[in-house]
Amino acid sequence: MADLTVSVVSADQEIWSGRASMVVARTTEGEIGILPGHEPLLAILATGEVRVTVAGGGAPIRAQADGGFLSVAQDTVTIVARNAELVSS
Amino acid sequence: MGSQVRVYRQKIKSAQTTKKITKAMELISASRIQKAQQRVAASGPYSRAVTRAVSAVATYSNVDHVLTTEPEKVERAAIVIFSSDRGLAGAFNSNVLREAEELATLLRTQGKDVVYYLVGRKSVGYFKFRRRASEREWVGGTDNPTFETAKEIGDAVVAKFLQSAGDGGVDEIHIVYNRFVSMMIQVPEVVRLLPLEVVDGVDAPGDHEVFPLYEFEPEVGDVLDALLPVYIESRIFNAMLQSAAAKHAATQKAMKSASDNADKLINDYTRLANNARQSEITQQISEIVGGADALASAKK
Repeated sequence: MADLTVSVVSADQEIWSGRASMVVARTTEGEIGILPGHEPLLAILATGEVRVTVAGGGAPIRAQADGGFLSVAQDTVTIVARNAELVSS
Repeated sequence: MGSQVRVYRQKIKSAQTTKKITKAMELISASRIQKAQQRVAASGPYSRAVTRAVSAVATYSNVDHVLTTEPEKVERAAIVIFSSDRGLAGAFNSNVLREAEELATLLRTQGKDVVYYLVGRKSVGYFKFRRRASEREWVGGTDNPTFETAKEIGDAVVAKFLQSAGDGGVDEIHIVYNRFVSMMIQVPEVVRLLPLEVVDGVDAPGDHEVFPLYEFEPEVGDVLDALLPVYIESRIFNAMLQSAAAKHAATQKAMKSASDNADKLINDYTRLANNARQSEITQQISEIVGGADALASAKK
């Protein structure tokens, strides 16, 4: 199965970008999980954690996103937040 | 020493002191351009992502939203002017102010009222000197803009935009700022922020193409509500960063030519001083020779 191209950006820099097999985020409606092949989506994020499962295994990337949105189109996931930072586990 | 020589020496000294200052300022701005440029580049992914999302909503859904629809009659327009806090930047501030004046004249001929939002001490000073009113002002921090300021400006203009014209709200928002093109070129630029004009980043789907249906969470309207202020903020933040980089570049350019001019002055005055010294010596010699001649002929 194809991978997702994910980038996490905040207002003043790109925080993380790479390939992933799954993204889990918290929108205003609830948690949402995105796998490759997801339909185009634009969702408003609630304050919470975004988890990115990196393709090829390895520790998941976790980021704290605060007020932003999530867009999915053609297996490209962009997580945009004014303030976002990686959470080291 | 003759008085003429002393005058030239003084002028040389003053030019040298000036040159030291301008040279230092040139070096400072040269190092700051790098940083400012990096910040512009670093904010690129964010503004690209936001722009792409906004265009996606605007292109792929037929939603009527107050921020995207053209009002039937525009009564009042707001202009946000991004200037700098400090001068010594050549035509940087006068360029952006002239551009804003031209825009205001154009809007007025279309029968619109113009209100101003000013960023940077220089534009505030310009308005104060001419005793003209402005809606709001932000001074300080133009050299190193923060996202908080951009958010504040964005909130202020969007709130004004959402007010009805009867209550003093505006129907259009324009921004005027200096765009950083290269170290040598900075161009004043006018962009209409609201209602949204150009949406780039997503190609409009042709008739034969399959319309990719975006799913919106929670609702299209809500997504636009949340997205558009973010978009405005990011555009304003981008304008501020561009303006800061352009300011440093303009200062560097201005200070470089000031240092060059000081060099030229020092050269010219050194020549003149040497000339004056030489002619003084010549005169003294001819006086001595003349005196000795007179003495010699008196003795005979």
